[in-house]
Amino acid sequence: MINLIGSESDSQRTLYPYVTGTSVVGIKYKDGILLAADMGGSYGSTLRYKTVERLKKVGKHSIIGASGEISDFQEIMRNLDELILYDNMWDDGNSLGPKEVHNYLTRMMYNRRNKFNPLWNSLVLGGVKNGQKYLGTVSMIGVHYEDNHVATGFGNHLARPLLRNEWHADMTFEEGVKLLEKCMRVLLYRDRSAVNKLQIAKITEEGVTITQPYALKTFWNFSAFLNPTAGAEGSW
Amino acid sequence: MDVSSGDLNAPHSMGTTIIGVTYNGGVVLGADSRTSTGMYVANRASDKITQLTDNVYICRSGSAADSQIVSDYVRYFLHQHTIQLGQPSTVKVAANLVRLLSYNNKNSLQTGLIVGGWDKYEGGKIYGIPLGGTVLELPFTIGGSGSSYLYGFFDQVWKEGMTQEEAEQLVVKAVSLAIARDGASGGVVRTVTINKDGVSRKFFPGDTLPLWHEELEPKESLLDILSTAASPEPMVS
Repeated sequence: MINLIGSESDSQRTLYPYVTGTSVVGIKYKDGILLAADMGGSYGSTLRYKTVERLKKVGKHSIIGASGEISDFQEIMRNLDELILYDNMWDDGNSLGPKEVHNYLTRMMYNRRNKFNPLWNSLVLGGVKNGQKYLGTVSMIGVHYEDNHVATGFGNHLARPLLRNEWHADMTFEEGVKLLEKCMRVLLYRDRSAVNKLQIAKITEEGVTITQPYALKTFWNFSAFLNPTAGAEGSW
Repeated sequence: MDVSSGDLNAPHSMGTTIIGVTYNGGVVLGADSRTSTGMYVANRASDKITQLTDNVYICRSGSAADSQIVSDYVRYFLHQHTIQLGQPSTVKVAANLVRLLSYNNKNSLQTGLIVGGWDKYEGGKIYGIPLGGTVLELPFTIGGSGSSYLYGFFDQVWKEGMTQEEAEQLVVKAVSLAIARDGASGGVVRTVTINKDGVSRKFFPGDTLPLWHEELEPKESLLDILSTAASPEPMVS
């Protein structure tokens, strides 16, 4: 079979991911941005690692959340940390804001895509600078946009409908956290690669914080769950 | 918007069982000793725990060739680094060098590695470096094809801050359980314990390991069983 997209031997390309993270969900609220992600690192169908931090600070104003191949995310973090370091070394009182970081990520992802060697991640970038809230996303092929609420992976299918119905401008911190937890709970029920250990990140003008890991309660006490095949033995 | 990832190639299963655990004062690395080519056991007493420096060792799984060449390069780089630094390298530096090779050659390499050691800054540390080149600093980690059978075991028995004896016994028990069920793991159990006092290598031949479900006590010969038979039924027609 002729390979139409370049010789296999002379160029590198990432063919498939190995250790992967699942959904990231983010929303804008009254004081800034909230991001949520669980701490799972799956290895194929095995839930292999359960303490992987997929939300990371980027400078003073932003947080990045990553899904996809963890080794590629670690490489992206090395590039971002270097970017921030050089920015600080100017020592001129200016600092890279979320819009700039999002743009840098977009260029990184798109240029790798053009070489048929993508960084196998979907990223969420949120931040607040000079009172301006920013929430954007970039995919492994370089598709990028900003919105009031974003999600990656399964979150696109399960969380975004919830966010479309229930998000509104100027939500309080409590309302925002409750909405994110609602999304994460649905993902826990319905995404096979979700693990019940998550972190929430908050970015406001004051600064950037990421919570300690915690777990969500789940509900199984529906009468329909008790005996689902009653009256129709053999069904499921 | 996301590229569909429902068709991930599940990771290729690798021969071997390797383990690294931290305990109160250091680390214990463990491994089986079987190297197979297809169905044939090429080496039944291999040493999969390889030295990188005086204070850092690496457990190798997957392709023997790939894991050996990565170890050799990292040993070479660490040697130079130690000379230039003027003191023993840290476990973190060793792990990162392994990461560089594993990540940048991810399309060609098929090896899962565990780096473990002791340095004066951080004490005992274990780093897991699976396929792809992710690095994760963990209290314990398992790898190789035999590790599939150990996830439940470790979920149940793992605890922080074990003593050296507890940690070594745990590692030996775990490798032995994996050998019982994984065809690609076997032979002897080797352990390497690293702490501030140095490195101690131990060897547990198959006959010293506990017996698991449906495994029988090995005997010299049937003839011994017959001659010492208390009941008259060792040979049943």
